[in-house]
Amino acid sequence: METSTPSTSAAPAPTSAATPASRAFAVPVRSTDTVQAANLIEIENFDFYYGAKQALFDINLKLDDKRVTAFIGPSGCGKSTLLRCLNRMNDLIDGTSVKRGKVTVRGIDINSRDVDPIELRKRVGMVFQKSNPFPKSIYENVVYGLRIQGETNKARLDEVVEKSLRGAALWDEVKDRLHESGLGLSGGQQQRLCIARTIAVSPEIILMDEPCSALDPIATAKVEELIHDLKKEYTIIIVTHSMQQAARCSDKTAFFYMGKLVEYADTRTIFMNPANPQTEAYVSGRFG
Amino acid sequence: MSAVSLPPVNPFAHKPSRTQALEKFVLGAFRAATYFILLCGLVVFADIIIKGVPTVVNGFKTTAQFPYVTNTFLFTAPESLYVFEHQGQAMEMGDKDYRAFREAAEAEAVAAGQPAPKFKATSYVYSAGGIWPCIVGTVLLVIGSMSIALVLGVCSAIFLNEYAKDGPVVRFIRLAILNLAGVPSIVFGLFGFGMFVIFCVWNVSLMAGWFTLAFMVLPVVITASEESLKAVPKGFREGSLALGATKWQTIRKNVLPYALPGILTSSILGIARVAGETAPIMFTAAYVVRDKLPWDVEKVGDFFFQGVMALPYHIYVVSSKIPQNEYTARVQYGTAFVFLAIVGLIATASILLRNNLRGRYKW
Repeated sequence: METSTPSTSAAPAPTSAATPASRAFAVPVRSTDTVQAANLIEIENFDFYYGAKQALFDINLKLDDKRVTAFIGPSGCGKSTLLRCLNRMNDLIDGTSVKRGKVTVRGIDINSRDVDPIELRKRVGMVFQKSNPFPKSIYENVVYGLRIQGETNKARLDEVVEKSLRGAALWDEVKDRLHESGLGLSGGQQQRLCIARTIAVSPEIILMDEPCSALDPIATAKVEELIHDLKKEYTIIIVTHSMQQAARCSDKTAFFYMGKLVEYADTRTIFMNPANPQTEAYVSGRFG
Repeated sequence: MSAVSLPPVNPFAHKPSRTQALEKFVLGAFRAATYFILLCGLVVFADIIIKGVPTVVNGFKTTAQFPYVTNTFLFTAPESLYVFEHQGQAMEMGDKDYRAFREAAEAEAVAAGQPAPKFKATSYVYSAGGIWPCIVGTVLLVIGSMSIALVLGVCSAIFLNEYAKDGPVVRFIRLAILNLAGVPSIVFGLFGFGMFVIFCVWNVSLMAGWFTLAFMVLPVVITASEESLKAVPKGFREGSLALGATKWQTIRKNVLPYALPGILTSSILGIARVAGETAPIMFTAAYVVRDKLPWDVEKVGDFFFQGVMALPYHIYVVSSKIPQNEYTARVQYGTAFVFLAIVGLIATASILLRNNLRGRYKW
């Protein structure tokens, strides 16, 4: 029984490379940088509309398996929209439509007729910007996904609760009060509870929509540490407004502007020597 | 800085003006209006309670059987009251007692070889006995119609709020439901009479009354249920759906439980209305008088197709169809008091239930 994950192995080593003077932060070197990852999600010529308004223009993107990909860009650039397209959460909004292109996960077009969004969402979990634990006990929050899948075996549920809460680095903090309300936790703990709830249904991909925007720096650090641990087992796609966060956690970064993908490359490249002047302007803080 | 120090001038001092006088007057008027309403309410309640309580209290009698105490006003059926003079004494008694008394007196006279005594009695209908069948009828009407209204109303609110896409059709349905709330209750009574009593051939029956009353409170239930559903944060729905729940699973496990306290609050308003309405049940469910209790039926099916006595209709009958005097006032005020108490009890129970539920789900 390990009580706390040693963060040193997962946390990035400090960078040795020189950082351009305009950057207030450093991009760490990661062990995974040199290892080529397989493509898990492919987005091809993707156009997306809210009613008559086009939100995404011709997106082409290949996302790596078991890696962290960050979507960055100013507000309203379409990064959250694209994220929500990956588990078809946009279906819930009236009038949205995919006009052209496709999104494939392991080669399957997720917008095709014979894909059930319910099954898709079991494989592609999501953590929201505003932590939304249900007004139930911590235990019931974690087993929610399993319960709706019909799991009733108490021993199995207990096991999943412990495993998921350990996975979300929350077990030690809540193990004595599993049956108290999830809303009694602090903001950072609530967000980690939401992550635990997501990994309890063992998805392949976890989408995170600005998971730390409502958290203080210490809680943010914990969630980021968690992201490092999670990428061993899960593919993570994170939308963030914080460039430091993208630099710290992600392996690859995609920069969006006005609904278009401007640049997609290794996080190091995006932050240290981007090819596109717009990216350079954004990551150096000159706009956005 | 000058050497002479003037006393500081208070720039915030009161300046008497017409505006200030107007402010005071307006405040006084608002306050007076509020207290006037309070006073009226208190007078009405005090009147009913002061005159009604003795009827109930005087009804307590001891019995030989198990509970050893009963209340003749609450737990017996209405009877006619006979007021007469016997051997120079003013007497009053209910129908059954009067007959027994008369027979006994006549038998006594015959045994003594005297001419039978003459009884000259004035009778007042419904002024003796109690209101048990009315209480039973009202409770049955409330339970049945609220069940129907809640099931129909919550289903329709879920459809309108969770499933239906906002458009002209949904807007028209909402408008129609809101308009339904403004329909006078006598119109609902006529609708129930035409629809259920005559067209469905349910006759004057509990079923007809239930559905008529249910349709009357449906707008309240639907509107309030929709509001309660809207109050459940969107994040709960999204979070649940993102975990692979279907829409109905999400609603059943993660929306409806949190909306329930609000829906129950709306049903409290509904209960008071259902219990109190006279017009809709006049043609559809209520009998002026019925000696059988609702459970005295041969077949179970008959239960639903029998008329009942109901408190509001009984109040209407005893206060408008019989003379007003010292003999009838007791039952008039007593019935009104019991009616108020029952509505109060049901509402209190619902509020307790709601608070209990509310404590369980907080966000």
